[in-house]
Amino acid sequence: MFSTARRLRDKGVLGLNERNANFIMRLNPRHFYPRVDDKVLTKELAIAAGMAVPNLYGVIAHQAEVKDFPKIVANQTSFVVKPAQGSGGDGILVITGRSERKRGNFRLSSGMLISDGEIQHHISNIVGGQYSLSGARDKALIEYCVQFDPTFAAVSFQGVPDIRVVVYRGYPVMAMVRLPTRASDGKANLHQGAVGAGVNLATGTTLTGVHNNEIVDDHPDTGALVSNIEIPQWDFILESSARGYEVTGLGYLGVDMVIDNHLGPLILEMNARPGLNIQIANSTGLARRTSRIDEIHDPNDTPAERAAVARREFHA
Amino acid sequence: MKQRYVYVLAGLLAAIGLSVFYYKWQVLSFPVTENQEAPVWTIEAAVNFESGPGSIKAQLHVPTLTPGFRMLNENSVSRGYGFSLNYGSGGREAQWAIRRADGEQTIYYRLSVYEDDSVNVTDTTPPFPPRPVIDEPMNTAVEVLVKDVREHSADTASFTSELLRRLNDPTPDTNVELLRYGVSSNADYVDRATMILAAARIPARTVHGFPLSGRQRNATLVSWLEVHDGDRWLYFNPATGVESLPDRFFVWWRGNEPLVSVEGGSKVQVDFSIQQNYLDAIAIAETQAAQQGASAFDFSLYSLPIRTQAVYAVLLMIPIGALVMVVMRNMVGIDAFGTFMPVLIALAFRETKLLWGVILFTLLVTLGLTIRFLLDRLRLLLVPRLSAVLIVVVLLMLIISLTSHRLGLNSGLSVALFPMVIIAMTIERMSVVWEERGPMDAVRAGLGSLFVAVAAYTFMGLKWLEHLIFTFPELLLVVLAIVLVAGRYTGYRLTELRRFKELARS
Repeated sequence: MFSTARRLRDKGVLGLNERNANFIMRLNPRHFYPRVDDKVLTKELAIAAGMAVPNLYGVIAHQAEVKDFPKIVANQTSFVVKPAQGSGGDGILVITGRSERKRGNFRLSSGMLISDGEIQHHISNIVGGQYSLSGARDKALIEYCVQFDPTFAAVSFQGVPDIRVVVYRGYPVMAMVRLPTRASDGKANLHQGAVGAGVNLATGTTLTGVHNNEIVDDHPDTGALVSNIEIPQWDFILESSARGYEVTGLGYLGVDMVIDNHLGPLILEMNARPGLNIQIANSTGLARRTSRIDEIHDPNDTPAERAAVARREFHA
Repeated sequence: MKQRYVYVLAGLLAAIGLSVFYYKWQVLSFPVTENQEAPVWTIEAAVNFESGPGSIKAQLHVPTLTPGFRMLNENSVSRGYGFSLNYGSGGREAQWAIRRADGEQTIYYRLSVYEDDSVNVTDTTPPFPPRPVIDEPMNTAVEVLVKDVREHSADTASFTSELLRRLNDPTPDTNVELLRYGVSSNADYVDRATMILAAARIPARTVHGFPLSGRQRNATLVSWLEVHDGDRWLYFNPATGVESLPDRFFVWWRGNEPLVSVEGGSKVQVDFSIQQNYLDAIAIAETQAAQQGASAFDFSLYSLPIRTQAVYAVLLMIPIGALVMVVMRNMVGIDAFGTFMPVLIALAFRETKLLWGVILFTLLVTLGLTIRFLLDRLRLLLVPRLSAVLIVVVLLMLIISLTSHRLGLNSGLSVALFPMVIIAMTIERMSVVWEERGPMDAVRAGLGSLFVAVAAYTFMGLKWLEHLIFTFPELLLVVLAIVLVAGRYTGYRLTELRRFKELARS
């Protein structure tokens, strides 16, 4: 037991307690949290900073507005409904199309049909606060459904694969690609069963994957290899995530991006408490990399310079 | 920097908690274990005499300084007599008086004492006694003996030993024979020794008392020799000259005055009876603290009304539950619903007992979950749905109680003590997790909550711990200190060792 702990310590593996006490509490001032916890605000800030985000169709903030839902999506065949203050990907509905026969029915990313009324019930649950972090009232966002890039088509089971970059004091330190599986129900969250694949920050190619805390080489549903996939526009992704530091002011930040077929990398959301499984996906510890950043940290670096530092320092 | 503040603060809290604890434990003798009983001796002196018609004034020497014992209480039972306690030359005296008495009279003086090694003779150093005026030929014998003994001794203690040895010599020389002349009782003998010691300018006095043991009727007083060596009082066995005191020797009075004197009475007799019983150590500590004027007891929970005490006995264990929670969450890393839900469940287990508690909890949550899924189809808004779940939980509790009562199981009735709001919230949280992350996660977190609740219940139910915390609530400061330090624990959680096991492979 103690030898395991010592080996983990030697590898610079970050534990939850240390993450909470030394990273989140030290680097993430509480008053900046709404910037990432409220996705409406995140979107506004990201747009103001000139970053690419999925287009917002509408926000439903009150129960009375729930009935406006059909109007908001009248011209859309695909869209995403998500809680503004959700966590861990809970409460997100991905609508990929409409029923051919009944216009009021929608098709979920899983292929199942869902009625207009069911979506409205879901929205009213969101507004009621079922998915919000504190259980307080929330807003529902209805936004552009990303048409995902074929890069990860072979290693995703429905849903949208995304790229998570952990940014420490403005420097990207670790990244992984999160690939939905049948078990994760199209969601890209590792604790729900998605596969995570580490990324070589220098080249933007994927490393081995992790599924339910185990190292895997291929996707459990498609069987395709998850390693050695080249992520398009990697420079832009690194720089965008580095810029997340300026946008949010958070020193320990997770930036989630998706690659749209037409629009390129888009910032989906940011997270003040990024999880630790990224370490398993990359087979390396976060603490080792963050202490390297502490050594070479320069407050005057621009996002582009910080992205360059990440490429230089953290290969494989 | 902050790290250090936490440790300083935690150290300070722990130091305060522990020192108050130590003071109450060692100085005020608060018992650290439950039902700790200390032997208490009740000694009764019955003064019996014949009274002619007329007024009576009786005086009895009563204990003043009692090395090794502390007085719990004293009282007098004497119908019609006026009673007072005075200080006389030989220590305290009990005095009874009555205007008219006739026939056989018995008055009682009773006191309770318990052993306390910390009680020493706090007597002042006596002055050198004046040389007693002794008639010849005794005077010469004393002088010769003192001179001889002095040559064969080094200090007060050895002088006394040597003197007593010679006085006890089975084949005494003429001087000793002369000195022993007329000595009939043990007390007379000690008196004579005191006189010789006074001639050698050594302060000495007779102590009268008895070794306490079990139950005794007509306990006989033993006379012992007390000698001051300029620093403290030493005790000598007058029969052997050995410096010692019998086990549990209780000093009744000192000096050579008679134990009792009754003016107006005859055939005076004093009987001592001793009884040993056991008294709750808390009661002793209480009395003692009151005697010492320590305010610690005023702030003790034992001064509260019994009903309030019972509430606090439970409340004070909640921090222990919280501590278990901290260890389970941050050091072991067990998933559980809600921050303190398991502690509240553990509190409910106190009433239902463990097995029934677990069964009832599982039953309630399972039934509640089923109904929660049925409610889900109605598409209710969040707060009404939560309220609906709460109402269903209350109804379920009612049904469980009624059913088990019908079946003759009384344990089912204790279900009412389950925190229903907490259970309703648990059901809601569990159903959300169930939908979002699948049954596996929901059941795992549910079992985690139950496990933490059982662990918290186990620790909160430790009788000795409960007693310790209730008697020494300041120990909660120590618990607080531990929690503060745990708050800065940045090591791995036990479950993380498993989670990151792939990374530990080199």
